[in-house]
Amino acid sequence: MKKKIQLTLNGKKTILEAPAHRLLLDLLRDEIGLTGTKEGCGTGDCGACTVFLNGKPVNSCLILSGELDGAELVTIEGLKIGPELHPIQKAFIQDGGAQCGYCTPGMLMMAKALLDENPNPTEEEIRFALSGNLCRCTGYAKIIQAVQDAAKEIRQAARR
Amino acid sequence: MKRTEPLEIYQPTSVNEACRIIKQSGPGGHFLAGGTDLIIAIKEKGWVPRYVVDLKRIPSLSEILTNSDGSLVLGALTTMREIEISPLIRDRYPFLAQSAAEVGSIQIRHRATIGGNMANATPSADVAPALIALDAKAKISGENSERIVALEKFFVGPGKTLMKPDEILTALIIPPHPATLRGEYIKFSPREMMDLAYVGVAVALAMDERKKVKHVRIALGAVAPIPMRARKAEAIVLDQILSEEIAEQAGGEAAKECSPISDVRSSADYRREMVRVNTKRALLNAASEHWRPTSWVERRDRRY
Ligand code: FES
Ligand code: FES
Repeated sequence: MKKKIQLTLNGKKTILEAPAHRLLLDLLRDEIGLTGTKEGCGTGDCGACTVFLNGKPVNSCLILSGELDGAELVTIEGLKIGPELHPIQKAFIQDGGAQCGYCTPGMLMMAKALLDENPNPTEEEIRFALSGNLCRCTGYAKIIQAVQDAAKEIRQAARR
Repeated sequence: MKRTEPLEIYQPTSVNEACRIIKQSGPGGHFLAGGTDLIIAIKEKGWVPRYVVDLKRIPSLSEILTNSDGSLVLGALTTMREIEISPLIRDRYPFLAQSAAEVGSIQIRHRATIGGNMANATPSADVAPALIALDAKAKISGENSERIVALEKFFVGPGKTLMKPDEILTALIIPPHPATLRGEYIKFSPREMMDLAYVGVAVALAMDERKKVKHVRIALGAVAPIPMRARKAEAIVLDQILSEEIAEQAGGEAAKECSPISDVRSSADYRREMVRVNTKRALLNAASEHWRPTSWVERRDRRY
């Protein structure tokens, strides 16, 4: 059973048809072609599939397309600000916050969720916020460093 | 990873409509709230629902309200994250906010709902002991019907509640409590995050000016087929000044009252021992004067 779904996807109004049982993750990757969002576990444990749904970070592997009509979605492809990379992306590049890069889209989305709420997090707060994101390359120290540097950059930019 | 089979999805906008859909469409259907249990059950346990009834378009189910008598109504679709960060809940019942913060990750908590969590009746659900310690009631609605039962009685076995298939848990109601009520929830699990409780202990108590305990509830999770109250342990504490010895005795009693199983996570004996220790800690933490945990780090450090 296909269902008509209206979405705002990365800022653009989108209308599409999808079977109600299609997972949001598959909808993004296989039908829309946005392959930045990754599947690590499929069961809500790894955070690689994190996207923003109505402004909140969620696991796209646990959401059905049939639930989505009217939703506002932001994926990793929507993180950039115009042509510029987001300061969080820049910091991950600068600090070596990505190794194989598989967990990185989820890490970036979750880091954004954290910094939107709390522009000056402590290391513990960063660890708490990222506790649902697993990095199998285990580059956690550099990931945390990158989030701290991004936070600093964003705070400075706000003062400029 | 397995995928969902084709299914029909209904999105009613009222409780009556939702109940009617389940009645008319018959077996093979499932209510859907946050989906963090349902979709995992489909993927891992091979559930194949023929249709789901998505409750998220029913506006009345996602509110936190205070009644004039001081009771607090948590709509069934209130998310764990909303409970975790609600200023009202953090102020009145910080240990309830804390129990919600123990569930999964932030991403999961943005979806997982308190009603879905209770209706799925997992024995280790973190929020259940905290709610039972607060004497919470479950509001159950059917088509043109409504009943309210104590949450303690709502669970009847692992994954089982006393609701009929066409009934919906619509709210959890926390009755009014004196401002002096304090509490604690301790989740004891091998990992600090993203794990299920070996043992969960919630305590709510109120003391008079002479520090005598005048009201106490102790509730345990993950150590019986359903979340349970440790009534004999409560009796030891009631009308006493909560000394280390009394807390120790109560812990011992709670360990005798519970009926844990041995599984891959832990042996029954170990769980019992952890009930003893953590009931004692939870009682002493709840009674302690000057300490209200705020951050996760503070809570964690206090646990051991
Ligand atoms: S793929 Fe969704 S949490 Fe791992
Ligand atoms: S960089 Fe490889 S999984 Fe994190």
